Formats: sequence, C-alpha cells, structure tokens
Amino acid sequence: MAQPAHPSSDAPFDAVALYVFTGVAALLSLIATALSPDPAFRFHGWVFSSAFVLAFCALTVAINSGRLRSNGSRYADGVIRAGVIATMFWAIAGLLAGVLIAAQLSWPRIFYFPELPFLNFGRLRPLHTSAVIFAFGGNALIATSFYVVQRTCKARLAGGVAPWFVFWGYQLFIVLAATGYLAGITQSREYAEPEWYVDLWLTVVWVAYLLVFLGTIWKRKEPHIYVANWFYLAFIVTIAILHLVNNAAVPVGLLESKSYSAFAGVQDALIQWWYGHNAVGFFLTAGFLAMMYYFMPKRVDRPVFSYRLSIVHFWSLIFIYIWAGPHHLHYTALPQWAQTLGMTFSIMLWMPSWGGMINGLMTLSGAWDKLRTDPVVRMMVVAIAFYGMATFEGPLMSIRAVNALSHYTDWTIGHVHSGALGWVGFISFGAVYCMVPWLWKKDRLWSNALVEWHFWIATTGILLYIVAMWVSGVMEGLMWREYTPQGYLANAFVETVSAKHIENVIRTIGGLMYAAGAVIMSYNLWRTVRMPSPEKADAQAAGTPAPALAAAR
Amino acid sequence: MWKRHEKFERHSLILVLGIILVVSIGGLVEISPLFYLESTIEKVDGVRPYTPLEQAGRDIYVREGCYVCHSQMIRPLRDEVERYSLAAESMYDHPFQWGSKRTGPDLARVGGKYSDGWHQQHLTDPRSVVPESNMPPYAFLAKNDLDYRNIGARLKALKAVGVPYTSDQIANAKTDLETQADAFASETSDLRKRYDAKVVQRDFDGDPKRVTEMDALIAYLQVLGTMVDFRTYKAEDPENLR
Repeated sequence: MAQPAHPSSDAPFDAVALYVFTGVAALLSLIATALSPDPAFRFHGWVFSSAFVLAFCALTVAINSGRLRSNGSRYADGVIRAGVIATMFWAIAGLLAGVLIAAQLSWPRIFYFPELPFLNFGRLRPLHTSAVIFAFGGNALIATSFYVVQRTCKARLAGGVAPWFVFWGYQLFIVLAATGYLAGITQSREYAEPEWYVDLWLTVVWVAYLLVFLGTIWKRKEPHIYVANWFYLAFIVTIAILHLVNNAAVPVGLLESKSYSAFAGVQDALIQWWYGHNAVGFFLTAGFLAMMYYFMPKRVDRPVFSYRLSIVHFWSLIFIYIWAGPHHLHYTALPQWAQTLGMTFSIMLWMPSWGGMINGLMTLSGAWDKLRTDPVVRMMVVAIAFYGMATFEGPLMSIRAVNALSHYTDWTIGHVHSGALGWVGFISFGAVYCMVPWLWKKDRLWSNALVEWHFWIATTGILLYIVAMWVSGVMEGLMWREYTPQGYLANAFVETVSAKHIENVIRTIGGLMYAAGAVIMSYNLWRTVRMPSPEKADAQAAGTPAPALAAAR
Repeated sequence: MWKRHEKFERHSLILVLGIILVVSIGGLVEISPLFYLESTIEKVDGVRPYTPLEQAGRDIYVREGCYVCHSQMIRPLRDEVERYSLAAESMYDHPFQWGSKRTGPDLARVGGKYSDGWHQQHLTDPRSVVPESNMPPYAFLAKNDLDYRNIGARLKALKAVGVPYTSDQIANAKTDLETQADAFASETSDLRKRYDAKVVQRDFDGDPKRVTEMDALIAYLQVLGTMVDFRTYKAEDPENLR
C-alpha cells in the first residue's frame, strides 16, 4: 500500500463518516454525562465518552496514515484476527467468572465480601452468563461469520471500515453490559439485562452487522448462498427481532439509567422467555450450526452429508424453535393452553435438531480416521455429539411432568452447560483452531499434543460438571417434594442447600478444568501465531477458488 | 421440488423475508392472545400498585439480582399448592420477577413470614441466622441512604407502562415514601388513604433516623404475597379457570 502525498486528501468516505460519527458521539455523551443527575448514568456516560474519544483519536491517526483504504482484491482478515483474539480473551474472562461464582456457592464464607456489593453472586452471575454467551459466543460468531461469508461469496467484506465499527462497537456493548452488572445497572431480564441505552447502542451495532453481512452477500461471485450463511442470516435477523421486542421499556428519564419494562407479569414473563429460549435457539444454536456447516466439511475435506436434509432442517428448526419459550413457564400463572403449545413444539424440536446433528456427523463419511489423527476434528465431533445430547435432554425436560421435577433445580444448570460447554464451546474452539493457522498463514498449529491436552481436560471437566448437576438437581427436586408419613413436608429448604455442597464443589472443579483448557488453547494459539510462516505463504486473494465450497450442492 | 428452493439461495432478500415470516408465526400465535384474552389474568381483589417505598425496595431487589436465586412463582404441585401464585399478583410487576432457579427458596409469599429484625439480620449476615446458607451478605444496604430523588419520575414511568398510579400518588411520592418508613406515622396517614388501609408503616431496619436501602428492601419483602386475601379468592369459580 503506497503512502499518498497528501495523506488525508483522498481518505475513503466510510472512514470519514465514521470519523464524524465518533466525534459527534463523543461530544453528545460528554454533554449527557455532564447533565445527568444519576450517578449510574454518569458512570456509563464516562465509559461511552472515553470509548468515542479513543476511537476518534485512533481514526485521526489511521486516516492520516492512509491505512483505511481497503484493497478490494483481498479478503478483510484483520478484523477477523482481532475477533479471534477477543473470542479467546472473553472466553477466559467469562469462564473464570463462572468458576468464581461456583466457588461462592461452594464456600460462601470465603468468597463473599460483605462490604463489596459488586462481588455478590446476584451481580456476578449475569456477568458470567453475558460474558460467555455474548462476549465469547458473540465474538466467535461475528469473527467466523466474517470469515465464512467472504470465503463462500468470494467477496471482500462490504462497507470498508464498517466491519471494524461492528467489532469495536460490540466490544463497547460488552464493556457497558459487564460494568453495568457490577454497578447494579440491570433490567433483570435473563440474558437481556443491559439497560435501555445499552440496548439502543447494541441495536445500532447489530444493524451495521446485518448490513455488512448482507452487503457481502450482495457482492458475491457465487450464484448460490451457501448453507452456513442461511444460518448466520437467521441468527442475525431473528436476534434483532427478539432484542427489539423483549427490551421495550420506558426509561425513568432521558438521563436516567433506570427503565421499566413495557410489559407486566404474565405477558412480560412469556415475552422474556420467548426471547430467552430463542437466544438459545438463534444465538447459541443457529449461529453455531453455521460454524459446523463451514468448518466441519472444510476441515475433513468432504461435502456436507445431505443438501436436502440441510434445507429441511434449516426451515423446520427456525420455525419450531420460536414456539418453545413457554416450557420455561410450566405450572406457572401462564395460561395452560400456552404451556401446552410450548411443550408440544419443544418435543417436535427434537427432530430438526437431530437432523442438524446427523448432517454434521455424517459429513465425516469416508474420513472417520480423522477422529483418531486430528484432535481438532475430534473436538468438533464431540461438540456435535453434545449438541445431540442437549437437544434430546431439552425436549425431555420440556414435558410438564418431568419439568415439575427439574424446574428451578440444578438439573437446568447442568442441561445449559452441556449445551454451552459441550456444543457452543467446543464447536467454537474447533473453528478457532482451524482459523488461526489460516488467518496467520501458518501451515499447522504449534502443537497438536496441546490440543489433545485441551480436549481431554475440558471434556473431563464438562462431564464432572453435568454429572454433578444431574445428581444435585434430581436430589433437590425430590427433596422439595418429599413428605413424611404424617403428611408434612420432610425437608426445610435449607436442607437441600447443605445436601448439595459436595456437588457444588465438583462443579467448581469441572469448571476450573474447562477454563484451564481454554488457557492451554490460548498458549498454543499464541505460539502458533509466533511460528515463522512457510516460504510460499501467499495471501489468498478474493477470487481464487476456495476449496470445499461446493459442499452443499 | 428441491429446485424451487433455489429462489431462496439466489436472492438474499427473499431468504431474509422467508426467515422473518417463519420465525414470526410462533410468537404471534402464543404471545398476542395474552394481551386480549380476558381469562389470562384472574379477577381478584386486593392487588394494588406498590407504595413508593415498596417500589424503591423492588428496584433494589432487581439491582442486586435477587431473581437469580429466588423465584416468585409457586406452582400448583402438592408441595407448593397451598401457596399457588396467581397471574393477578404480578399484574403490576414491571418487569416480572418469577425467576427460573431456586438456589434459595421462593419468595412469592414471604411477606409477614419473618419479622423485620430477622430480615435485617439475615440480609446483613445470612449465615448468622441460617448456618448452611450460601446467600451473599448485604450489610451495605443498611449503610446506604436510599436514593429516592427521582421516585416521582419512577412512578410516572410505571404509569406510562400501565400501572394505575393516580396523579395524587405521583405528586406525593416522596412524602409517602418517608411516611412509610416513619415509626411514628399516623394510623390514618395520607399514605394509607392513597394506597390501602393495610399498608405497613414502620421503621423497617432498626435505624429510625435514616431511610436506608435496607428499609426499602424489607418493606418490599414484607408486602410480597400479602395483597390478595385468599380466604375470599375462589380458585374454582368459572371466571378463574384458565
């Protein structure tokens, strides 16, 4: 890239537009911060202001150095490399937060601090869930979607600097959400806790994300949109709908952090769980299925097992998932007709879920030996196996009679973690293990042995975790409903708390092992990046055919 | 037949529209009837909007993430049946706090079950009252003065989303809040006239000089599940069958 004579005279339009935007946004957030009577709002005002001022300074330098002109003949991989780093950073942060709150439940006398409200379980638990779902999972989704959409469309990401705006805007959302929970700024809607102004910011970022993704598809040189992109699109579009409806709220004032949900009681509950379950369905399932549909065939060099199955399972999965929310509200004050509908569709959901599992697993046809020789393939296969297990357990738990026992107990926590650690975590790790050598132009990972260690430590950790939660969940469920022969309740609530101590400890150990695996992985990736590149490391230009893309046909 | 799917694969906007259509149906069918079917919420006497102090306490309950471990929804199972929760009980709850996990016990009917002193001690140091508990300590609540500068604006925002606060109640929100935490407030205070004769007025946290966050949270806990008189509620009435 040649240095221009007058650096800023021919700055690209998109960069200048972003430059003006960050300047205006910095000014507005400073004014809002100065005028607000609410200390919580002022705190977030400072976060906003600092972020925009930093972005403004960075853009000043970048535009003047002429670095922001995009080279249309190459893929935009810088933002993906940043996404990979962010993915691993947030993975470790989110997993450690999980280990900490697990330790709090195991040893409350050691891990609680009466004078430090921000370290209490009630504030750290949303931090943990959001850090793993939105920070780790979200960054993995954005990074892989940017990677996959370019390769399968043979086009550079659309929008010039817009992908960088999506990346940094999303990191700002994460920082606002995380610091907000610690400071007690929350809507108390599970997995949608950030307050109204953070929701608005995420909406802006998300619309930019959708436009970058769609814009890249519009530039494609392939006639067909590859199956992975259907799943990414369904994920982006549906999350936007869910986010907008579920976060409808009226703020106490324009410069106040607090808001009240537009809905109340029973309607609020169903809207929240319509959102909550489809955060699982579209964020944690559809998006990660997209990863499976690209990285699995690519890694084993085989086409996707069945094109027709992918069509059937795509449309039926997204149609049926949306109905499943009411199973979170069995036996509550939600009208029974809604509960029954939710349960019925949850059971039906088993089939499209397993359609996806079969399509992923059978892609290995003719390459099963790679299970033995390539630990990254093994990790992705185990991810798909956990997907199959969790999507069988889910419909089972949505049956009212089973739910009567399992609901409110640790069983639910175990179920969630077999999906999150087993499926979401492992498929993301697999994708990142694939992408890092490709992105940094290396011919292999630094150490396959470390991948083996990661795989076995993390897998053992997951098993310890979910088995402990099955045991404690079923036990406490049975203890709650146990009666003496005289017809009195047999157990006080607190007896179930003390009965679970050992399971809580095992869960903490399992979580720690899983986090240790992520640390090993990060070390391995760092060493991979630092390896010398092979001689003929030719940058893959947009337009050169990417192998294995005929996969879906 | 499979050829027809080409349309979706070749036109991204048709694909996006298809996705939007397919994912909208379930939500529309399940959620929208809840807003117009009259049978969704029972007809029941007694449920009133929270007083300013109770609402401030509820905001602290939300802030501290109590919903993470405590549900407020009792299911009609034998071991929970005497305390069945009604949809009406949370009809003014923005947002609902039904919860999804019981690391601690359900709180839907906790009001009046324990004394203020018990709550104060338990929140300050849970293990001093319940040795096996793994609940976090909330000693700081008693130290923090309650921030209620915007309590009127909060009630106004709640009114905007459908809670029937009167303009009288909004205008007097600050006074009402202070009255409720005042140990010497009159038996026939304006607060009781504006809300309900049963509203509990007293110093909740054992520190009569200040209105603390502890006052507000205990006031909220003590009203939970006490609004509906279950001696007069007839679950078997046809209008209450859902």
